[in-house]
This record gives sequence, C-alpha cells and structure tokens, in this order.
Amino acid sequence: MNNFKVLVNGIIKENPTFVLLLGMCPTLGTTSSAINGMSMGLATMCVLILSNLIIASIKKLIPDAVRIPSYIVVIASLVTVLQMVIKAYAPDIDKSLGLFIPLIVVNCIILGRAEAFAAKNGPVASIFDGIGIGLGFTIALTCLGAVRELLGTGAIFGVTLWGENYGMLMFVLAPGAFLALGYLIVLFNKITKKA
Amino acid sequence: MNKLKSSLTNMLVVLTVITIVAAGVLASVNAVTAPQIDKINAENLAAGIKAVMGSNDITVSDPLEVDPYTVYDVSDNQGTQLGKAVVTTENGFGGPLKVLVGFNTNGDILGYTVLEHQETPGLGAKAGEWFQKDGKGNIIGMNPGKNNFTVSKDGGEVDAITASTITSRAFLRAIHNAYTKVIAGGDVVSGATQQASAVDGESGATQQASAVDGESGATQQASAADMGTPEVIE
Repeated sequence: MNNFKVLVNGIIKENPTFVLLLGMCPTLGTTSSAINGMSMGLATMCVLILSNLIIASIKKLIPDAVRIPSYIVVIASLVTVLQMVIKAYAPDIDKSLGLFIPLIVVNCIILGRAEAFAAKNGPVASIFDGIGIGLGFTIALTCLGAVRELLGTGAIFGVTLWGENYGMLMFVLAPGAFLALGYLIVLFNKITKKA
Repeated sequence: MNKLKSSLTNMLVVLTVITIVAAGVLASVNAVTAPQIDKINAENLAAGIKAVMGSNDITVSDPLEVDPYTVYDVSDNQGTQLGKAVVTTENGFGGPLKVLVGFNTNGDILGYTVLEHQETPGLGAKAGEWFQKDGKGNIIGMNPGKNNFTVSKDGGEVDAITASTITSRAFLRAIHNAYTKVIAGGDVVSGATQQASAVDGESGATQQASAVDGESGATQQASAADMGTPEVIE
C-alpha cells in the first residue's frame, strides 16, 4: 500500500467515525457546533500523527507483553503536552475545548491505530495513516457538528441562517447527536457503496 | 533488529525508561508553559474586572479571600471607591459555575462575566450573554438586596434562560450569595473598606447609605436561607 492509498483509506474506507465507529464519546460529546467538532478533530489528528510516529519508531524496543501500557504512557504524555501548549498559546480554543482534550487519551481511535497500524508499519506510512484517519475524523465531526448546529440553532459555523427560535433544541442535546450520527452513517454508506 | 523478548528484565527496563522519558518531557513543557498560563489567567481576570466594573481606568486591590469568595476592591485612579469585584462559584447543571461580578458601593450590579463553566452548549452556556444589559434576562443595575433576585418561575424578577432553569438558578444564587456574604454581610472586609473610603468626604453620604444596607445584612442572610428550602425540594 503506498502512502497516498493509506491516506485515502483513513478518510473513506476506514473512516473512524462512519465505518469503524470508534471514538463515539468525543464524537457525540463535542459536536454541538461545527467549529467545536472541527477543533476536536484537529486536536485528535495532532495527537494521532505524533503517537503513530513515535510508536512506529520505537515499536521494536517494546516487548509485546507491555506494549499497551507503553502506548498509553506515550499517548497520555502527548495529550498532556498538547493541553498545556493550547492553554498557554491558544486560550480561545482552550475555552471551548478545554474539557474534551483530556478525553483524547481514552479515544480508542488513537490506541486502535497504534495497535493496528503503527505497530506493524514504518514511521512514514504511520504518519500518513495518522493524517488520513485524523482527516476522516475531522471531516466526520465537522459534518455532524454542522448538521446539529444548523438544525438545533439555525446557524452554521456561527453564521445565522434562520432565527434560533426555529431551531430544534433536541439536536443540540444528546438525542439529536445520536439521530444525526445515525443518518450521516446511512448517507456515508450509501455514497461509498455506490462508488 | 528483532523485537525485544518479553522477559521480566526487558519489560521492567522498557517501562521504566518510557515513564522516565515521559515525565522528563512533561516537566520541561510544564516549565515553559506554566508562566504563560499564569499570565493569561491574570490577564483574563484583569480584563474581566475592567469589564464588570464598566471602566478602564481603575486600580484594583490585592485579592482578599473570603472563603469561598475572592474579593477585589476597585477604585478609580483618583482613589474614589467604585465598588467590589467578586469571584463566586456555585454548582451549575454540569459542574462548577464560576462568575466574576462587579458591585458598586450601593451593591447594585455593574456587570458580570462567566469565568468558567461546564454548562450545556446552546443552553446553559448562554449565561455569558443572557443576563447582560442587552440580553433577555438583564440583571445589570439590579440590587440583589432590593430586587427579588430569583428566576420568574420562582416568583423573581429575572427571566431564566430558555430551557435552562437550573443553570439560571445557580447563576443567580452565585451572585446573590456573593452579595449577601461580601457586600451586605457587614463583615470585617466591608468594614475596612468603609473606613478607608470614609477618608474622602465626598462619597461619605453614599457610604453611610450603604452602611445602612450593611446593617440589614442579617435580614438578607435570613431571607436567603428561607429561599434555600423550596429550591432543595425542587
């Protein structure tokens, strides 16, 4: 598999949200607006690329029996570093995402890719896998956030299309997240199966 | 190079090395970012105090901890007492709701800003705008001691955020508690302030007026306690 295929694979064939159905907690929790979903996707992508790179580079030094704790320490350290950097240099992002960033540690996409891809492939391919899966996640979260924001508040990326009074409150809340996600998965499968 | 075998020594060594490296990286990043984070927090607070007092030319005293509140005495650059900015925390719908609220010397609300919250986006998270002057539940200019400072559902004068009554109640309670304890409480803190500001004669009359308010602090506290009961039942 060449690197480009790896990248596309992450976005379409193994899209973490629509196909693998991994990382549902941040997916449902952070997508109350398009911009929140996108920021969460990008933050996850950062961690994913770095964790894939590091794990692919040190995989031979890690005995199999302790690989999971080792991966978790690497991922948790990366997330903590990211959190401190965001707090220090991007306080606005911290305000809207602060709560969710620590959750990246337990996002199974990251451990899943470390285990399924980075532990078996080289560092360069792993970086591409991180970018692909990260982009797939970001796109999915942005779509879901956009749908929920539009139906829930009548705005998209903060730009009001119709008044908030016409919004369906449910879509901002948890039940709307499940509904919107379900329909987006249907739509995604419909499109990709045809192609 | 082959993969390391899962022998006891290998596992111990690898895990120890990984955790040591991780700890080192975290410590050094923390050393770089911690001062920056403190600086941002201090800037946010300073900007917040200016916003809630409605003035840019102010002198802010060192924080005074009246557990669980943090109180800043604020005066203008001529040294005239403007009022107090109070950091107050209450349990909201999703977690602690931390509000910075500015009172003038009469205890009227000059402004507020939500410092930290974990309320639902699209609902309780609107507290930051809802209660402002141009918001639907305007509280600016109200006096928690004189106005009925509860949501209209509970018979009060403030319109709650649509579908977020719990957040609204917590928000109003946070400010009301700050008022009762810090502004109307007549405790050591406000006593010291009144002495200090009694020095400039002009605002003397106002000070006396607010001192009368201070005396009724006991009544305030009592009524706050009364109001507490129905909320618990709900």
